[in-house]
Amino acid sequence: MSLEEYKGVAIFAQQVDNKLSSIAFELIGKAHELAKDLGTDVTAVVLGSGIANLADELSEYGADKVVVIDDPVLETYRTEPYAQALAAYINEYKPEIMLVGATAIGRDLGPTVSARVATGLTADCTSLEIGDFPLQAVAGKEQKHNQLLMTRPAFGGNTIATIACPDNRPQMATVRPGVMQKLDKQPGRKAEVINFNPEIKENNKFVEILNVVKNVASTVDIMDAKILVSGGRGVGSPENFKILDDLAEVLGGTVSCSRAVVDSGWKPKDLQVGQTGKTVRPNVYFAIGISGAIQHTAGMEESDIIIAINKDDTAPIFDVADYGIVGDLNKIVPALTEALKAELANK
Amino acid sequence: MNIVVCIKQVPDTKGGVKFNPDGTLDRAAMLAIMNPDDKAGLEAALRIKDATGAKVTVVTMGLPKADDMLREALAMGADEAVLITDRRLGGADTWATSSTIAAGLRNLDYDLIITGRQAIDGDTAQVGPQIAEHLGLPVISYAEDIKVEGDSVIVQRQYEDRYHEIKAKMPCLITALSELNEPRYMTPGGVFDAFDKEVTVWGRDDLKDLDDANIGLAGSPTKIAKASDKVRKGAGEKVALDPQESVNYIVSKLKEKHVI
Repeated sequence: MSLEEYKGVAIFAQQVDNKLSSIAFELIGKAHELAKDLGTDVTAVVLGSGIANLADELSEYGADKVVVIDDPVLETYRTEPYAQALAAYINEYKPEIMLVGATAIGRDLGPTVSARVATGLTADCTSLEIGDFPLQAVAGKEQKHNQLLMTRPAFGGNTIATIACPDNRPQMATVRPGVMQKLDKQPGRKAEVINFNPEIKENNKFVEILNVVKNVASTVDIMDAKILVSGGRGVGSPENFKILDDLAEVLGGTVSCSRAVVDSGWKPKDLQVGQTGKTVRPNVYFAIGISGAIQHTAGMEESDIIIAINKDDTAPIFDVADYGIVGDLNKIVPALTEALKAELANK
Repeated sequence: MNIVVCIKQVPDTKGGVKFNPDGTLDRAAMLAIMNPDDKAGLEAALRIKDATGAKVTVVTMGLPKADDMLREALAMGADEAVLITDRRLGGADTWATSSTIAAGLRNLDYDLIITGRQAIDGDTAQVGPQIAEHLGLPVISYAEDIKVEGDSVIVQRQYEDRYHEIKAKMPCLITALSELNEPRYMTPGGVFDAFDKEVTVWGRDDLKDLDDANIGLAGSPTKIAKASDKVRKGAGEKVALDPQESVNYIVSKLKEKHVI
């Protein structure tokens, strides 16, 4: 492959039910920084059925070009037609960088497409920048410039690796949702819109969707919440989450939880924070009765302020908490709710 | 019906994470285990075996010591085990790993291939879908439930806020979530039998349709530029006060930070 043919930064703009996912805007925000360093532009690629109207929103969030692949076969996500469409885009338009959200869709589509176009893929990146590979010049070895340096946690968040893809294009990465910053919306901003028909063909890899079952949705996505009141196994019972609900209500926050709580069936999966749940970075994160296993802290340690309440003073949550309170959550949390009510009433 | 389950031996990062005094990971102190998602995949295969009499083969690529894990799989009830091991295969990224395992799978009969969603050491969730791509099979990732119906599988495929019930014709590849089931224990008899069984060992030369350009470190498109220990957010203040004082403490901090 001739590497020079590949130009521009592209992002896969995920939509579900014809509504763009937040990760699409986060990727555009990051792609802008990368494109600036490379002196190139940002293309958002959106796939679906009846989605022409989504191009405007992608423009307003900063895409310079929007490639729309509109086909009834793309109505609901399925690996094969989506992979055909995205691979066809890559082969036709040859982006230098292709970013995909590390969502349940992106973590299926990304590897399938990267294998199909025979390039490297770095998973769940938390930081992306343009730089040299190798990082330092080594005698007798070519140092390539303007490479995408992809940084990601591994080993359950214990180590950080920076990865490059020097000899294959596009340089592909899936990016952890909630980590990159969106640009401010600019109403009326227009991008160049390109309709692309990759002529998707049915083959043995097409599967049949028998049923789509939506979970009882929580009203607020915990990834958007400014204040999270998060409970773990230490809360004791699903009924006892009431005291967390009350605290969240008085602060205008949202309740989230650890995996142990989901596994016990106390709360739905979409409220789970951590490695196999969601990554959050609210202004304030209350970790209540959460021991703080690395799988949990990986999903919340970027929060601005972490307040931990736990009766075990050796709990690892105290290693990441800004303010750690060793004590009984059943006594502290209701009293805190009352005190905050009084404080806020006096304002 | 032939089911092949791809399993990986990983250091146990859950609960057993140990650090050296300099902050690096103390791998020697951590147990090597069967990756949890893979174990759930194996259990799913064994349940299909219990119901239909399918033959279950486990395959791994790794160091010779992964033999231990294969014996564990045999003791749980797998019928055959294959170890792909060769120095030339080391240092592989997901592209090279999936190319290599796909080449191994071409030596086997399969109707259904099950992998875990992701391994807890690399955390990429890429190898399963990439094996499917190399073999030209449909892939269904993130399976929470697997049923076999005639020549098809019906899988509950998890997304963030929903699931899809998906029907796929076999042969196909499914990646399993550890939430799928509670894996069974080895039986004492199974352990004895497992150590009498032969584990098939394949090296590079046993793998067909595999280009040297696609194996090992050299055949990996992605290269590690730097690896370091995570700089952990330092611990802040920790106090043990009576409940009312704790409340006052939290309220004062929230005020200080202008949250309220």
